[in-house]
Amino acid sequence: MTPALLTAGPLALDASFWVLQGLNALQLSMLLFLLSVGLTVIFGLMHFVNLAHGSLYAMGAYVAASAAGLMGYWAGVLLAPLAVAAFGVLLYWGLIRRMRRSGPMAQVLVTFGLIFVMLDLTRIVWGDLALAAPMPELLSGRLTILGLEYPIYRLVIIVLGGLIYGGLYWVLSRTQIGAMIRAGVDNDAMASCLGINVEQLFFLVFCVGCALAGLAGAVAAPLLSVTPEMGLSILIPTLIVIVIGGLGSLKGAIAGSLIFGFVQTFGAVLAPQLASVLIYALLAAVLVIKPVGLFPARG
Amino acid sequence: MLELKAIKSGYGETQVLHGLSLDAGRGRVTAILGRNGAGKSTTLKTVMGLLPLKGGEIRFEGSPLTNARPFNIAKRGIAYVPETRDIFPSLSVRENLELAEKRFCGPAARWTMEKVIELFPRLGERMENGGTQLSGGEQQMLAIARALLMNPRLLILDEPTEGLAPIIVKLIHDKLAALRAEGLSMVLVEQNFGFATSLADDVKVISKGQVVWTGSSAEIRADTEAQHRWLGV
Repeated sequence: MTPALLTAGPLALDASFWVLQGLNALQLSMLLFLLSVGLTVIFGLMHFVNLAHGSLYAMGAYVAASAAGLMGYWAGVLLAPLAVAAFGVLLYWGLIRRMRRSGPMAQVLVTFGLIFVMLDLTRIVWGDLALAAPMPELLSGRLTILGLEYPIYRLVIIVLGGLIYGGLYWVLSRTQIGAMIRAGVDNDAMASCLGINVEQLFFLVFCVGCALAGLAGAVAAPLLSVTPEMGLSILIPTLIVIVIGGLGSLKGAIAGSLIFGFVQTFGAVLAPQLASVLIYALLAAVLVIKPVGLFPARG
Repeated sequence: MLELKAIKSGYGETQVLHGLSLDAGRGRVTAILGRNGAGKSTTLKTVMGLLPLKGGEIRFEGSPLTNARPFNIAKRGIAYVPETRDIFPSLSVRENLELAEKRFCGPAARWTMEKVIELFPRLGERMENGGTQLSGGEQQMLAIARALLMNPRLLILDEPTEGLAPIIVKLIHDKLAALRAEGLSMVLVEQNFGFATSLADDVKVISKGQVVWTGSSAEIRADTEAQHRWLGV
């Protein structure tokens, strides 16, 4: 062995380890971002807590897996957000609209109940067994980056998350509807006094949030086994992301997602015995130091 | 133009307005005076639909506003400048103005972005600043400019001079006097007696949620007993 290799060897191993885990962390972050962004803006705009948001993610995964089985992967990925948004419309008109003034306690209880309703509905429609979703052939290979092989599909999730962040950032910061949403989050009463129908805006944001949850479920489906409980198990991470990031803001959703993704991923490989408590310790620290989260919409 | 008939309103269980009646005329400035807690701001919030009307009736230009939502009321032509100014902190000065401009500035609009900046040149220098980077006076100018961009038929202002330096109070006074000269209908809630009576045509004094005195600015200026009794001036 040459001296050069001796020194480069462990270093190269180190670098590839960091890159690999970094990409894994990014991929988890982006999935959480798709889920948390809808939930946090809905909460910021209307102070409405929808605990069943995770169930919409599970629903997206099921719709995508089923549609993929019949019509191929791409049909599933397109159909899932639309189907979940359509379900969101029903949910809004049937339940949420009636609960707008009933206070957070009732909202939490009803949407918590909704989790179990949707859990059983999923079991009735799809059964209790885990469903496997196919991965499209185009995306099932591996790509070599920085001398490292990484699954294309996971890279696509990272890129998709980035694109959606960019798109939402553009809409929120550059368009009139984005200004209306920010105004509504700042002060919904005053926004209404300027002739803005804040309730209609809320409905729109709610539907987009549902569609993004459905999309998250659809893109996660080929990576996980699709089970009825997946909605429940993603709920806690999503809530942690929102609390760490701060309520109501896009910046908070992306920051919280990245923090969760990196702490969770690196925690699991660097300190496996601490991994499950690490994120909760961080959550507790944020709540002690900055109870409103890192980037809340209302400073 | 605006008629309140025996309206009842308040916050939650606490009733503040106990059958309050008043009217504000077209092309006139109506000042609502009264001590703290008399129900002045509550009256304006009830007109805007921000507080639920629990009794009585509100009519605007002859048709009822009763139980309309704030955005409907805004579209009917009432613009509101709240006591707290309520500038949106996440929006720049320009964006704050555009929220009203995009919705209410037709081709024949009296107020456009250029016109309000002409009225308040200070805002023109601050267009890209965040809403929270403004001084109290600039926030008040922005709140008034934003309301004017709604091209309202009636402008209602809640304590526009509160917490402002005398020089800014003077500026706001001159601008509102100019609006009055153009014939803009206004309802003005004020603690500053001199400011209010120099702008207003009609004065209503509120105490304990009811109108206790009605007359002109000149009359309330002359009526030291009413001033002492209802306003503690």
